[in-house]
Amino acid sequence: MAKKKITKKKTSNKTTTKVAATPRKSVVDKKRDAATKKKIETLATSVVKRSMAQKEPSFEIPTRSISNMTYNKKKRILEMGTNTQTRSLFNLGQSRKFMQSLLLAKGCRDLIDAEKTLSLRGMYYMGLHTIPGTKEKTFNDQGESDGILEDLEVSLDGLREELHIFAKKRGTMVGNITVVDNGDEINCRKMGSGGYAIPSICEPNVMQFKKCEADFILHVEKDTVWSRFNEDRFWETHNCVLTEGSGQPPRGVRRMLHRMHKELGLPVYCLLDCDPWGHYIYSVIKQGSINLAFESERMAIPDAKFMGIRSKDYDRLDLSDDVKIELNDRDITRAKQIAAYPWFEGKREWQREIKTMLNNGFKMEVESLITKDISYVTEEYVPQRLKEGDFLD
Amino acid sequence: MTKTKTPKKKKTRTNATAETMAAGQRDISVSEFFAKNRHLLGFDNPRKAMLTAIKEAVDNALDACEEAGILPHVYVRVLQVNETRFKLTIRDNGPGIVREQIENIFGKLLYGSKFHRLKMSRGQQGIGISAAGMYGLMTTGKPVVIISKIKRKKAHEVVLKMDTTKNRPSVISDTEHAEDDKLFAEGHGTQVTIELEGKYQKGRQSIDEYLEQTAIANPHAQITYATPTNETIEFPRVIDELPEEPKEIKPHPKGIELGTLIQMLERTDQRQLGGFLTKDFCRVGATKAREIAKGADLTGQSWVKTIGHTEAEKLYDSIQKTRIIAPNTDCLVPIGSKALLAGLLKEVKAEFFAASTRPPNVYRGNPFQIEVAIGYGGGLGRDDSAKVLRFANRVPLLYSQSSCCSFKAVAETSWKNYGLTQPRNSIPSGPLVVMVHMVSVWVPFTSESKEAIADYDEIRKEMKLALQECGRKLGTYLRRRKRMARESERRSVFERYIGEISRCCNSLVGADTDKLYKALLKQAKRRTDDADAELDDEGNIIDDGGRLGNDDDVIIVDDLQDLPEQEDTLFGKSAKKKKKKITKKKRGKK
Repeated sequence: MAKKKITKKKTSNKTTTKVAATPRKSVVDKKRDAATKKKIETLATSVVKRSMAQKEPSFEIPTRSISNMTYNKKKRILEMGTNTQTRSLFNLGQSRKFMQSLLLAKGCRDLIDAEKTLSLRGMYYMGLHTIPGTKEKTFNDQGESDGILEDLEVSLDGLREELHIFAKKRGTMVGNITVVDNGDEINCRKMGSGGYAIPSICEPNVMQFKKCEADFILHVEKDTVWSRFNEDRFWETHNCVLTEGSGQPPRGVRRMLHRMHKELGLPVYCLLDCDPWGHYIYSVIKQGSINLAFESERMAIPDAKFMGIRSKDYDRLDLSDDVKIELNDRDITRAKQIAAYPWFEGKREWQREIKTMLNNGFKMEVESLITKDISYVTEEYVPQRLKEGDFLD
Repeated sequence: MTKTKTPKKKKTRTNATAETMAAGQRDISVSEFFAKNRHLLGFDNPRKAMLTAIKEAVDNALDACEEAGILPHVYVRVLQVNETRFKLTIRDNGPGIVREQIENIFGKLLYGSKFHRLKMSRGQQGIGISAAGMYGLMTTGKPVVIISKIKRKKAHEVVLKMDTTKNRPSVISDTEHAEDDKLFAEGHGTQVTIELEGKYQKGRQSIDEYLEQTAIANPHAQITYATPTNETIEFPRVIDELPEEPKEIKPHPKGIELGTLIQMLERTDQRQLGGFLTKDFCRVGATKAREIAKGADLTGQSWVKTIGHTEAEKLYDSIQKTRIIAPNTDCLVPIGSKALLAGLLKEVKAEFFAASTRPPNVYRGNPFQIEVAIGYGGGLGRDDSAKVLRFANRVPLLYSQSSCCSFKAVAETSWKNYGLTQPRNSIPSGPLVVMVHMVSVWVPFTSESKEAIADYDEIRKEMKLALQECGRKLGTYLRRRKRMARESERRSVFERYIGEISRCCNSLVGADTDKLYKALLKQAKRRTDDADAELDDEGNIIDDGGRLGNDDDVIIVDDLQDLPEQEDTLFGKSAKKKKKKITKKKRGKK
């Protein structure tokens, strides 16, 4: 079988290169690219103009911090405020970043011209070189270039995808759905034990939904739990889509969840650890993240529900003492921080949930249910919650 | 046991009577005393003895030259005869010594012109050179050889031994040199050769160090040094001007002690008290003399001869009570900031030099003046503590550092204020050389070997004030240097990125790379220049070169600023290093 497939592909590639290229062309949105290019060039032009006029070249970057972010109660999502910070060349602390920003802007423009996309790491290498006449490199590590790219996104008001950049793939899905990814039809019912890797760009021009029979989406925190569900064919028995985000879900996963929720009308249930980090993953899926508040509109799922693990589960399910993981100082501070976030503040149930956890003094992982039975989580815990409709909102 | 022995002892014991004791009582000659107590004169050990001998000879040579108005050229040769024996030859171009005085000067202790007058000079008591000869004679048995030539006369070569019991010289031989003697190129001068037991060692407290420091304090002198290892080190003359001739002054009434007063009363040529006070002292006029005499129940007309011990005591008390103005200070000739800097610049590889000369002051009735110079940075050792060079009347002091007033003054000054590190109660650390010079008609040494200046409050205070003045300049310089480093760092950061930015903009919107680069560079320079003109901590605008640029007492050697640290540059051990002349480049106004 496998052999056949390969030969088929080869021949098709050889014989009809034009045909193969056609669907790929659809990935490139000419209009959008032209707009992005224009934005980059405007930035450069302003730098040139100001320099020639002996004025300090600078540009504004919207502030990406909690201080410049508001919770829109009506839309129930996080939104970025209007505060900006100036990045100028003749400021010792910003000089290097200014140079890096221009370097990466140029990199993005080149990408658009070449009609190609690159990973974050690829961008790092694209901008990387030694500054002539010195031993200094333009970037010391990828972290530096990643931060600059996020700045660039917000200051150009263009999404990462529009800049032709994608992040490392993370997150998996499987379930009663068929999607078209970059022209290839993917049947998510036949993904074996590995599942379908959710790409980092899930925009409509790349990803289309074809056939969906699922009733809901179950999002679990990490790969290990997801494997348990997949092996037990949970998505088949309960007719759902099963996703996983390897901890804090990357943008691709969030965009995918958002689109399935919005376009296919599937409710989203989250099964996460009972600790501040699990709570925050839920918060990000639901309201959007502080760092990427400008993308909340396209990512957040205000109707997502938190299924568990609940702090009361220890007593409710009569779990053994062994599953307790003591809360450390960092956990406690973080938990209090989360409880104080405006979007958690008004929710009494959530306040009670966090309070219980703090009173318990321990956290629990989803895997702790394995102490009851290997498949307890798929056969008892989740079905029970679904039946009862016992969720945190 | 004791019982049996005691009577025996009693038997043998003969109690001395006044008569028998008198038989053993006799004169002790000064030379005999010093022969036994040679450490008092600085001849404690072979190494120090050799240094002291050279020091005394060189000091005498420089004194003689200056007094005669001749720019000194001193030649020093140390020749190793065997393991422990050295032959020292010191030759000068001074006026020479008249034949009759040669044996007295070189063969008699406490003979000289300098003890009975108050005049600033290197030598004070007239002990030094004869003691050196005596030491040589005692350790090797070899006599001292003196060759001296007076202008237009033949040179005399005198071989001299001294009789320590009688403090009297004895001439062994006396030959006249031929007319065309080549020894003294200028036709006059003196050469002394002493053979003694010694030890040659470089480093601290060595002959090399002494000569080097002498060169610093005497930039008008040329010193040629032939080392035992057959190298010739030249300390060149950097100032072709003799220091002014110091004036001789009479003692100030407040500067003498009772014993001295009695002695002066005995020796005076004056017959009446009024005359004695006005003529033999400075700063005493007829009115003051009357006031003093009155205070001692005497009059100006009282006969000096009638003044006995009791009256003298009264007179002394009266002097202490009377207000008398401070002595004249024109008798002091400091090296001067300019010459001080020239001397230091010549021998010390530092990047920053500052000097300060205090106005004259008085301690115990003796006028004195303090000068300080410092050298910082450059090739000086960065990790050690600072080096303190001490001088008294242009003579380097190498021993007993910690008991010296100048060392204490350096330690007491708070150098932290000037940007240096300083351990508690200690001298500062870092690449610093501090030179402290005291000039006085009478330098109060702690001992006859003239190693350390006694710790008078007045002296220490003046030293500290001078040190602080130099320290402030250093602080200003260091702050400026720091700021400049910061600014140039800033500028270089901008310059580095400007190129990248120009290229990016060229690629993005086709802007002219060169034009853009130049425009940005101009802006970068302007912006960092702005910062150059920032106000300093005293609120003054720092123009290029700063306030120090116009200061005559400061020299900044630009090309030494980034000099890597060098091993012991101050007291360099190789002749090669010494010959490398520092190019003096005074920072001018831009």
